[in-house]
Amino acid sequence: MSVNLTLLLVMGVLYACGIYLILERSLTRVLLGLVLLANATNLLILATGGYAGLAPFFSKGTDAGDYNDPLPQALILTSIVISFAVTAFMLGIIYRTWALARQDDIQDDAEDRRVAKTPSFDAEDDAEVPQETSEFPLAAVAAGHTPDHPAAADHPGLPGSTPLNDDEGGGPR
Amino acid sequence: MNAASLAPLAVVLPILGAALTFALNRNPVAQRTVSIGLLALTLLLECWLLAAVWTTGTSSVTLGGWLPPFGVVMVVDQFSSLMLVVSSVVSLAVLVYATGQGMADGDQEAPVSIFHPTYLILVAGVSNAFLTGDLFNLYVGFEILLTASYVLMTLGGTGPRIRAGVTYVVVSVVSSVLFLIAIAMIYGATGTITMADLAVKLAELDPATRNLLHVMLLVAFGIKAAVFPLSFWLPDSYPTAPAPVTAVFAGLLTKVGVYAMVRTETLLFPGDTLNTPLMVVALLTMVVGILGALAQSDIKRLLSFTLVSHIGYMVFGLAMSSVTGLAAAVFYVAHHITVQTSLFLVTGLIERRGGSSSMDRLGGLAKLSPMLALLFFVPAMNLAGIPPFSGFLGKVGLLQAGMELGTPLAITLVAGGVLTSLLTLLAIARVWNRAFWRKPDDAEYPDPVLKDTAAVGLLPRTMVGSTAALVVFGVALTVFAGPLFQLAGNSAEQMLDRTAYIHSVLGADATVPGIAAPGGGTGPSLQGGAK
Repeated sequence: MSVNLTLLLVMGVLYACGIYLILERSLTRVLLGLVLLANATNLLILATGGYAGLAPFFSKGTDAGDYNDPLPQALILTSIVISFAVTAFMLGIIYRTWALARQDDIQDDAEDRRVAKTPSFDAEDDAEVPQETSEFPLAAVAAGHTPDHPAAADHPGLPGSTPLNDDEGGGPR
Repeated sequence: MNAASLAPLAVVLPILGAALTFALNRNPVAQRTVSIGLLALTLLLECWLLAAVWTTGTSSVTLGGWLPPFGVVMVVDQFSSLMLVVSSVVSLAVLVYATGQGMADGDQEAPVSIFHPTYLILVAGVSNAFLTGDLFNLYVGFEILLTASYVLMTLGGTGPRIRAGVTYVVVSVVSSVLFLIAIAMIYGATGTITMADLAVKLAELDPATRNLLHVMLLVAFGIKAAVFPLSFWLPDSYPTAPAPVTAVFAGLLTKVGVYAMVRTETLLFPGDTLNTPLMVVALLTMVVGILGALAQSDIKRLLSFTLVSHIGYMVFGLAMSSVTGLAAAVFYVAHHITVQTSLFLVTGLIERRGGSSSMDRLGGLAKLSPMLALLFFVPAMNLAGIPPFSGFLGKVGLLQAGMELGTPLAITLVAGGVLTSLLTLLAIARVWNRAFWRKPDDAEYPDPVLKDTAAVGLLPRTMVGSTAALVVFGVALTVFAGPLFQLAGNSAEQMLDRTAYIHSVLGADATVPGIAAPGGGTGPSLQGGAK
């Protein structure tokens, strides 16, 4: 199988530019990068078809090896259609970003930033004495390590609060 | 007539439905009827396919009269028909849920006239990806479902959705380009893209070339399946979409990637050349994913991270390339599609009843809506792998297969699997404690809706009903785990054996190459497909 060197060089340049462009933060450049990548891939598929041959229409007396391989061209046609649709959609998204935020940059995920900034200490999870978070106040009274917990006084008339104080691990977690 | 001759209908019916619903976009009632009706019909057809394949074995159909090594084939075997049935059950439930939501909101949330056609196109793409026996057609299937998913992801065009949509689209397009490059290289190396023919011809390639192609395909599918280093995009983009859309994405899209990985590993590149890296990646996916889940305070984001984490289990089962491991992985995929989708649907309900999906704003839901609590509790315990449920059975299957294999790496993965299961339980318990059990007043920023005990009409019956149906289906997977495991075992055996698949496509006289030895090709079998 012989390969057209010019095609290969063009393909390499397209890939290089495409990868450079999708690493940018500007959406328009990312889109251009994706278009270049798609076209470079089309050239790659074309290259797998081998050398340029006769158009693949059957004619008597022509050796089968003289025809061009039609399959890669069918694949390229499909992939052109797909990348066309995706490009159109991306343009729509970019326009919408511009209409909404007046900017062309990829934005950070606000929730992601917030979670990343959250301190590792969590008031509820890491508290020494667990806060009462349950619907059932009994469990909070039974928080083990303070036998004469004043919490019992906070809930007057709780049946059975005193014996529960001796129990282990009635924490509300 | 064999079973597969009706298989293309599984793709054609949803596309027909998409065209009809698009034409009917002024008439929401007709739109709903058509899309639900056609999807139900597709489900029936797929159940019939599963039954037919169960009795008569793998069968294939060639499209357009082009014979196998040249034309596009569709292959129905036990694995693909099982995936079809589960995915259709899930997509039907989500469709009913979405119509319920649309009716309740007066179609304010989403331009519903666009939703129905796009959703059906998505289903068609998923079916096509499951059925196809041609690598390029698999790419087309992926593109159909991805393009539909771009539209669904950015439905309504609000700021956060557009932001998430950009990430999602760019990552998906890059993975598709990688897949296309891999296809081009495979075609250059072997001169065919029919998967059965490739199974024969790839075995004759130089091992270095073969490994290169193998890795390229796995990377492309790994992005789609959200396997650890390539999973960064998922928790970023899924949570912003409308609840039913997130649910169907979580259930189906990553699993299509897993399905493609399974086919790559078993049909195209059998053997254990890449098993060690796959296992390491599986371990990292499980552990890193679940640690990410623990840090989240938004339920949708938390579930997205558990989704990533549990993909690790499937990759683990796949990486063992033993019948028991693969069978457990197949079972786990079926279980996980159902459970993860139900959890996202319930989160949609939580958001409606509690006003938010942030755990800082929720509380006391167990008292406000016991039904909601039950609907959350069952799939949540199922996900964490608490004994009676199918999640437990799938995990036990995986762990057993790991112990059977017995290598130090497999044992490490078994330990990692148990740890991930426990951490999942912890993450789920945090949601339960905060959103359901504590008093609304204890929430950091309680949502006013939580105090309104008399609020009615927040949970439409259609939405609760479809969620409940899916939860019941998840429980049914537990009840019928025996037959399901048998089905999974059969399909794993068939996939590892490959004879049925290759013979069904290329004819009974095709040579099935043995597992390619690291040394190189295994002999001449080039004439396999020429009939």
